[in-house]
Amino acid sequence: MSAPLTTLADTVGGWFAKTPEPVLAVEQAALRSDRFRLEREADWKRLEAIVSRMEAGRLSRISDEDILALPVLYRTVASSLSIARETSLDAGTLAYLEGLTQRAWFLVYGPRVGLGGWLRRFFGGGWGRAVRGMGLDLAIALAVMVAGAIVGWLLVASDPGWYSALVPGDGGDPRVPGASRAALRATLYGSQGEDGLGLFAAALFNNNAQVSILAFALGFAFAVPSLLLLVHNMGGLGAMLWLFHGAGLLPDFAAWLMVHGTTELFAILLAGAAGVHIGRSMAFPGELAVLDAAAQAGRRAAQVMVGVVLMLIVAALLEGFARQLIDDALARAAIGLFMLVFWIGYLFAWRRGAPE
Amino acid sequence: MKALSRKGAVKPGRPRPLLDSDRRRRSVTTPEGIALGFTVASRASRAGALIIDLGVIFTLMLVTTLVLAYLLFGVIGRPGSVFDGPGAKGSSVLQFLGVAWIIAMFLFRNAYFMWFELRPRGATPGKRLAGIRVAARDGGQLTADAVIARNLLRDIELFLPVMFYAQASAEGGDMGAATIAGLAWMTTFLAIPLINRDHLRAGDIVAGSWVVEAPRAKLTALLVSGETAREGRSTVTGARFRFDEAELGAYGEYELQVLERVLRDDRDENLAEVARTICAKIGWQPGPQGFLGDDRAFLTAYYTQLRARLEQGMRFGQRKADKFAGTG
Repeated sequence: MSAPLTTLADTVGGWFAKTPEPVLAVEQAALRSDRFRLEREADWKRLEAIVSRMEAGRLSRISDEDILALPVLYRTVASSLSIARETSLDAGTLAYLEGLTQRAWFLVYGPRVGLGGWLRRFFGGGWGRAVRGMGLDLAIALAVMVAGAIVGWLLVASDPGWYSALVPGDGGDPRVPGASRAALRATLYGSQGEDGLGLFAAALFNNNAQVSILAFALGFAFAVPSLLLLVHNMGGLGAMLWLFHGAGLLPDFAAWLMVHGTTELFAILLAGAAGVHIGRSMAFPGELAVLDAAAQAGRRAAQVMVGVVLMLIVAALLEGFARQLIDDALARAAIGLFMLVFWIGYLFAWRRGAPE
Repeated sequence: MKALSRKGAVKPGRPRPLLDSDRRRRSVTTPEGIALGFTVASRASRAGALIIDLGVIFTLMLVTTLVLAYLLFGVIGRPGSVFDGPGAKGSSVLQFLGVAWIIAMFLFRNAYFMWFELRPRGATPGKRLAGIRVAARDGGQLTADAVIARNLLRDIELFLPVMFYAQASAEGGDMGAATIAGLAWMTTFLAIPLINRDHLRAGDIVAGSWVVEAPRAKLTALLVSGETAREGRSTVTGARFRFDEAELGAYGEYELQVLERVLRDDRDENLAEVARTICAKIGWQPGPQGFLGDDRAFLTAYYTQLRARLEQGMRFGQRKADKFAGTG
């Protein structure tokens, strides 16, 4: 190989290989603080190697020894930093130690549980604990939802013209005031032969999930928009209840709705309550600073929201499949009631894990 | 638990500039009682990171859509395919692809940020490129709850106006009103990180998180070692540099660290300039064959002896911040 090629190969190799740094003997150091550094450099480098590998997510390639050494090395480097700050004026070393301590700190105090561990804790009582932590907000959201449904019913009862405003529908929807009993009944029963249930369920879920995330996120503006959203959604429901009541189909409609409705409305209730929880904690932070109160409420509400999304998946499956495949009011009501009892039991009665 | 303080405040009358990176410094006390310095990420780097991430998400959505469409048309286009003839099974294929598409879009929109911020780096690809990461504001653990909360809020900050806009255009609504509403909405939420000191956006406020610069300092080589430093002798000219108390007392820690940067950069014109300045300050006359023959050796010797003196002072609890401070 000719000389230029060798140089080139060396250069390219240098990009990928670690250049061996000359290790200085401690005696070579001219300053006391440099001697301090040279004596501890090996530990620092070892921690840096472990941290780099962990950051890259290659956990399997780290030996048990290194994992065990991580907290010890973190404390060593942290104490090196404390000493260096008091004894050394080498800005390069100080910056390195600060950076390294911070990186190790992120790992030692970072998100220690992965998504799996978090989910296990979440299902094993964390979800219910978070829900129970917002009792008053649940009551507020529930009251608002009931009020919304009643208002919707009363509005349409006084003037059917309100119906189109409360229930936005496309032109082909037979569920309008003045529709015949048979036409209304047809919307409740007899869709077993329908195709595309999976797509229907997925679209329902997507739509509902975005609405509940909205209800939660809007709580940030002191909960007012969350409540308005709840009133609006429930107003439509109240109007439809009135419509089917007029046709004498109220029990059938209730059963049709209950299949998925107990789960879906429960989820919307939780999402609204989560929004109210954040808004209320920011408006009335109590003894905490506003930012701390918001952070505390936000973390609890986030757990509830993950639960809401999961409940909406269940609701969409029930709506897309169970409701279309089961054509009997009694069976539909039974499923709906069972789901309601299940959610209440799981979230409120089943208490486990850390004390509240 | 919470210990935020502002560093880098300079007394008036000092000519030292206050850099933006100094202004963004915060100190958080860890459970071990060590004050860790954090630098709050600048708004520009956060905006850049967001743009990169949105680009990645958009690309992922586009590629997924195209792949699913390709699969669909691949099935349709074949002779004797499931779509041919009465009672074909095509609709279930269509349905499966539709479900896959909806789920993929939901995950890209909602799970992308959460998945990456829960990993050990605490950063999405965009944040990693911008050199920033998410951390807990109180110096404690960054919990999964916090990451979820800060990203659910992103939905109303970013995507809601887009949704309104799309809805208005789809239903033939008033586009002018939709534009104004969308802009007003975005301005409100964009203003939040602009008006608070730690650049918190709405999601950060609710989650108790903040975005800081990710540290990546490398351990630099020892600046001074060997004979030049210990003896203060130039290996080129053989001259020896010894400074007395008064000559070393001219400068403080700030100047020492400037000198450290100059020595690390190692550019001849800077070395000469700094050497001349120091000479003038301490009243040395550059002899005909004096240190100017080897500026580097002169500066190394001065750096070493100044640092030794200042560090000795530190050990006795006397610090000298800069040349304006007392003779400490």
